[in-house]
Amino acid sequence: MKKTIEGSEAMAETVQNCNPDVVACFPITPSTHIAEDLDHIYSNGGIRDFIPVESELSAISALIGASATGGRSFSTTSSQGLALMHEALFNAAGMRLSPVMVVANRALSAPLNIWNDHQDSVSERDSGWLQLFCETNQEACDAIPQAFKIAESIAIPVMVCVDGFYLTHAVEQVDVPDKELIAKYLPKFSPKVKLDSQNPITMGAYAFPSDYQDFRKDLFDDLNNSKADIMRAHDEWAKLTGRKYGNGLFEGYRLEDAEFVFLGMGSVMGNAKEAVDRMRAKGEKVGALKLRSFRPFPGEELAKAIAGKKVAVFEKAISLGGDAPIYTELTTAALEFHPNVVISSFIGGLGGKDVTVEVVVQVLQKIKGQEPLKEWV
Amino acid sequence: MKLPISKPGTSVENKTGDWRTFKPDIEVAKCIKCGTCQRFCPEGCMGDEGKVPIVNFDYCKGCGICANECPVKCIKMIPEK
Amino acid sequence: MKEIRFHGRGGQGAVTAAELLAVSVGYSGKFSQAFPFFGVERRGAPVMSFCRIDEKPIRIHQQVYEPDVIVVLDSTLDPNMMGKGLKADGIAVINTKLPAAQTGISASKIYTVDATGIALRNLGRPIINTAMLGALGKATGLVGLEDIIKAVRERFPQMLADKNARAVEECYNEVKS
Repeated sequence: MKKTIEGSEAMAETVQNCNPDVVACFPITPSTHIAEDLDHIYSNGGIRDFIPVESELSAISALIGASATGGRSFSTTSSQGLALMHEALFNAAGMRLSPVMVVANRALSAPLNIWNDHQDSVSERDSGWLQLFCETNQEACDAIPQAFKIAESIAIPVMVCVDGFYLTHAVEQVDVPDKELIAKYLPKFSPKVKLDSQNPITMGAYAFPSDYQDFRKDLFDDLNNSKADIMRAHDEWAKLTGRKYGNGLFEGYRLEDAEFVFLGMGSVMGNAKEAVDRMRAKGEKVGALKLRSFRPFPGEELAKAIAGKKVAVFEKAISLGGDAPIYTELTTAALEFHPNVVISSFIGGLGGKDVTVEVVVQVLQKIKGQEPLKEWV
Repeated sequence: MKLPISKPGTSVENKTGDWRTFKPDIEVAKCIKCGTCQRFCPEGCMGDEGKVPIVNFDYCKGCGICANECPVKCIKMIPEK
Repeated sequence: MKEIRFHGRGGQGAVTAAELLAVSVGYSGKFSQAFPFFGVERRGAPVMSFCRIDEKPIRIHQQVYEPDVIVVLDSTLDPNMMGKGLKADGIAVINTKLPAAQTGISASKIYTVDATGIALRNLGRPIINTAMLGALGKATGLVGLEDIIKAVRERFPQMLADKNARAVEECYNEVKS
C-alpha cells in the first residue's frame, strides 16, 4: 500500500522486510536516517542483530564476517564512510561474499561537502561490487530485495546507490514492499560454502602468483556475466509487483525515434524525463536513457540502444587526470559495437549543484552540432 | 565460480623440515627436562613437555630458538649434512 | 503542480512543516513531495524547505525556484530573499502581528496570522510550524483541515498532538488577507 514516507524510512523498512541476520552501521550524512531507522527497528525487535560499530571499516568487516557464516547482511554509508571501507570492499568481493549496502551518494572531500554527487560509489567501481543506481525512492525500495537476491545467488556483493538528500530526505509516496511479498521473492540465503566450526575452512587465504590471476579473471568474468542475473531478478520482481525499470540494466524514455539523448544516473533522470516531454511538446526528437547498472557496465547493450543517435552523457563524477567515467566506457563500447554515434561528455551536479529541468534542456540543445563536446554545466 | 578458500591441515601437509640448514643436537645426559625448548619451539616439534625432547624433523626448520633458550645449554645447532 | 516554499530559522520546524504538508496531502490520494534544503544546521540560521503537490506522480527532484506559495514562519527574515521567484499570482502566508502591507513582502495575495501568539497560548512555546499549516490550508485550499490534523496526530504523541491540533485549528480560523 502506498504511503507518504521519507525515503530513508522506506528503505529501512524494506531492509527489515528482507529479514536480515546482521545489520552493522556507522552514521554518516546523508545515510544517517537509514541507519537510525534500522537501529530503531532493532530496538523494537524487528531485526535479529544490529551492531552499532565504531567506524565504517568495522561495519564492512562485520558484514564480511556475517556473510561468511551464511548470514544475510546489510549496511548503509556515504562518501568518506565508503572511502574508509575501500580495502575491505575488495575483500568482500574477492571472498565471494554477499552483503548488500545502500550508498546514499555524496561528494568526497576536500573541500568538505555533504551534498549529493556520485563520486563516492563511482570511485569504488573496480572493487568488484555490483552497483545499481536508483531514480526514485520507489525504485530504491524495489532494488533492495533484488540486490539481496542477486548478491546471494551469484556470490557478488551489491551496492544500491541513491542520491543523498534528493532521495534519502525526500518525503513522497512509496509502496514499501511488505514481508509477505518479499518472502515470495527472496529465498533463504544458503551459500555454497560458509564458516562452520564442524567443517572448518579458511577464506581469503593467500594465493600464489600461479593462482591469484585465475581468481581475478574468474571474478572479472562473473561480474560481466552478472547482467543476465540482474535482468532476471528485475523481471521476477516486475512480475510480482508490476513495477519495472527498463530491462533492469537501463531504461529508455521516448528513445526509439529520438535523435538526441540525455544519458545519466539517479534522481536527475526524473528531471530529464520532464525535460524530454517539454521538448517533445515543441516537436523536438529527444529522449532520455537512465543507466541503472553502472557495474556491470552494459556497454554492448547501451551501444546498441544509442546507435545512430547523438548522446549527452551527464555525470556527477569525474576521474581526475582523465575524463568522466561513463563517457569513457560508453565511448569504448561504441567504438567496439556501434561506431555511428556522437557522444558528448557533460559533468555537473557535483557537491549538490542543482541540475534542474532547464539544465537538461540546455544540454540537449547543445549536442545538436556535428562535433562532440566536453563541458561542465 | 572459483572460491578462494582452503581446507584446514595445510600446515600438516606442508613439511617444512627441508628448509633446515642447521639442526638441533641434544646432549641427553645434560637435559633437566625443564620443558623450556618445548614451550619456545615455534613449530611445536620438540616432543612432550617434561620429557627429554624428541625432535620431529619433518617440521623442524632449524631456527635454533631451542638452543638459544635452553638453560643448561644441552642443545647445540650443528650443520645439516 | 503547486510548489510551496517554507522559510524559517533553524529550530522552528520548517522541515517538519513541509513533511507534514506532504503527508496530509497524501491522504487525499494526491501526490506530494517534501524535502529540505540542507545548509548550516544551526539554530537560528535561515532555512528553507520545499513541498510539491500534484494530481499525477511527481518525478522531478530539484529545489523550488518559482513557488506558487511561500510560507513565512519568521517575518524577521529578509523579505527579498523570501519573495525571490514567487510567481506573479503567488500567495504569501506570513506569521506576523503586522498588517500585510507592513511585512515588506510583495505577493499578489498576502495572508497573515499571529501564529506565534497562538502557539504560545496552546503549546506554551513559540513553535509555529504545525500551526502555520492551518493558515496555509485556509489561504490556499491545497489541503483540508482534517487531513492536517490527521497528519499531526500521526506524528506526535497524544498530549502534544492535542495541543498542536488546537493551534492548527485556531490558525485556520484566524488567518486573514
